Amino acid sequence: MRALLRRQRYLLDYSLSSLARRPGKHLALLLVYTLIVFLLASTLLFTQSLRREAALVLAESPELIVQRLLAGRHELMPADYLHRLGRLRGVSESYGRLWGYFYDPAVKANYTLLVPRQDPPAPGDVILGTGVARARGLGVGDYLSLRSARGEPFSFKVAALLEADTELVASDLILLGPEDFRRFFAFPADRYTDIVLRVPNPSEVRKVAEKIALALPDTRPILREEILRTYDALFGWRQGVVIVLLTGALLAFVIFAFDRAAGLSAEERREIGILKAIGWETGDVLRMKFWEGAALSLTAFLAGYLLAYVHVFFFAATLFAPVLKGWAVLYPDFSPLPFVDGLQVATLFFFTVFPYTVATIVPIWRAAITDPDQVMR
Amino acid sequence: MIRLAQVSKVFNQGRHNEVRAVRDLSLELDTRGITVFKGPSGSGKTSLLAMIGCLSRPTSGRIHLEGRLISNLPERFMTAVRRDTFGFIFQRFNLIRGLTVLENVMLPAYPLAPAPSTLRDRALDLLRQFHLAERANNQAEWLSGGEAQRTAICRALINRPRILIADEPTANLDSQLSRELLALIGDLADQGKGVLISSHDPLVFDHARVSRVVELRDGRLA
Ligand SMILES: Nc1ncnc2c1ncn2[C@@H]1O[C@H](COP(=O)(O)OP(=O)(O)O)[C@@H](O)[C@H]1O
Ligand SMILES: [Mg+2]
Repeated sequence: MRALLRRQRYLLDYSLSSLARRPGKHLALLLVYTLIVFLLASTLLFTQSLRREAALVLAESPELIVQRLLAGRHELMPADYLHRLGRLRGVSESYGRLWGYFYDPAVKANYTLLVPRQDPPAPGDVILGTGVARARGLGVGDYLSLRSARGEPFSFKVAALLEADTELVASDLILLGPEDFRRFFAFPADRYTDIVLRVPNPSEVRKVAEKIALALPDTRPILREEILRTYDALFGWRQGVVIVLLTGALLAFVIFAFDRAAGLSAEERREIGILKAIGWETGDVLRMKFWEGAALSLTAFLAGYLLAYVHVFFFAATLFAPVLKGWAVLYPDFSPLPFVDGLQVATLFFFTVFPYTVATIVPIWRAAITDPDQVMR
Repeated sequence: MIRLAQVSKVFNQGRHNEVRAVRDLSLELDTRGITVFKGPSGSGKTSLLAMIGCLSRPTSGRIHLEGRLISNLPERFMTAVRRDTFGFIFQRFNLIRGLTVLENVMLPAYPLAPAPSTLRDRALDLLRQFHLAERANNQAEWLSGGEAQRTAICRALINRPRILIADEPTANLDSQLSRELLALIGDLADQGKGVLISSHDPLVFDHARVSRVVELRDGRLA
């Protein structure tokens, strides 16, 4: 057992020194390899985080949201609809929501203003999402001044900052009381933005939606599952990502297969012959080369994954911003929570390390099984 | 005692470029002393040494070492015999570039996995014995011809083989170095190692310590 481990140690030592002996070739290989892992891992980490954030958001969201439509566009919801909807069978609870968007020219960003259902801030107070606080450089106790849509100046006291367990939705948020909301937007007193219904029994949700469409034809019920589906389509998990992943892996495969199949250099082949001639078994040569590949793969994998992690979680996937604009529109300021999934790491590992190993070991094996008498020529 | 019975080696058998390098050769060799295979280039010396040293297999025929069949063994056993019984000194030295002299010498022992300190000491001992101690940490490609040759000998000796096989060992050396090399080989023979040399260099086959000369021509005994 000791001898067996020691033998691997010797082979590993030899592999490492052999990597160091051809620094140019191996560095180039390492760079390309790292880049590929980086791209794949960035894609995976980014999409995974998007889905996860979405799931967190939707877990909280109600079964049904009812909007009013006017000429096919989102209209304000009359307050008296609330009673009519609340009386429908299967609906356990109904309430009107007040929310809207506000463009702040000072920082060129969109805020979401929202009146929370529970414990709304006192008149004159606001609670800020971290993104807003950062953008305006505000802390608790400071004053947030905004010029309303009608040009009147408003000043709110920052009572608290939101704890960002999901930065995704909380970042651009300003929470305020209902009176302040209505005053700020000059929002009619008998209107809501939309109405939310809770339907505890999932099998009744569709029925309720149908009844709404009949009773109030100028409204549109939105089901949570529909939102879910929309998210899924947006994230394009099945289509886009898998394609990216596979093309990436294929690319990796092609590059390395090419590099390796295009050949062991004459010198490498000779070295294998010498090792065999002086007493190494074919298996020893293969194991040594395996360690060589493993050291290279692992280094590239770790480096690539780490870089991707930093890229996605600390630099908000800057490199992907142009590619993923379609998604980014949903969330103007997306900086996902650090998150690592074991299965995902394993998948990535399989798609990168495995093709490389196969591509490298085959030509080596072919060289290693030939009789070593060639080195005597 | 090494016994060859009707040994043949055919390259590219059945193809238009077929070569019969060794033909139906039967021979008994002492595993003590120095045996030289002499003959012109292409007479089959290297092919024969390769088969005896378990670097390749005969196309037909058998080779016995001390009564044990060593030809036509499965790869692993062939390697084991080669590693334990034979040490090789190649014509082109075949040191691995980029490795130090010490590492080159230790290389044949890696599959046997002795304790690292033991192996190091053994290698350093050999290097001292062959006046290479100062070169231990130099890269192999910077050695002079004589130094490279002696490094190759140290490497051949690291697993303490009973038999040394040297293929044209003086081909890349001048007369002075060739004589020095033969003196070293003579010392090894005195220490009880058997030595098999192929050469068409008179300095070698006319050397006083050579105990037997086997002459080859066209793959047959001449
Ligand atoms: N791998 C090989 N393939 C084809 N022909 C070979 C091979 N090795 C040796 N030969 C041929 O076999 C013959 C004997 O070669 P060799 O054993 O090297 O002779 P020597 O060592 O006496 O010069 C030569 O004609 C050589 O060209
Ligand atoms: Mg020869």
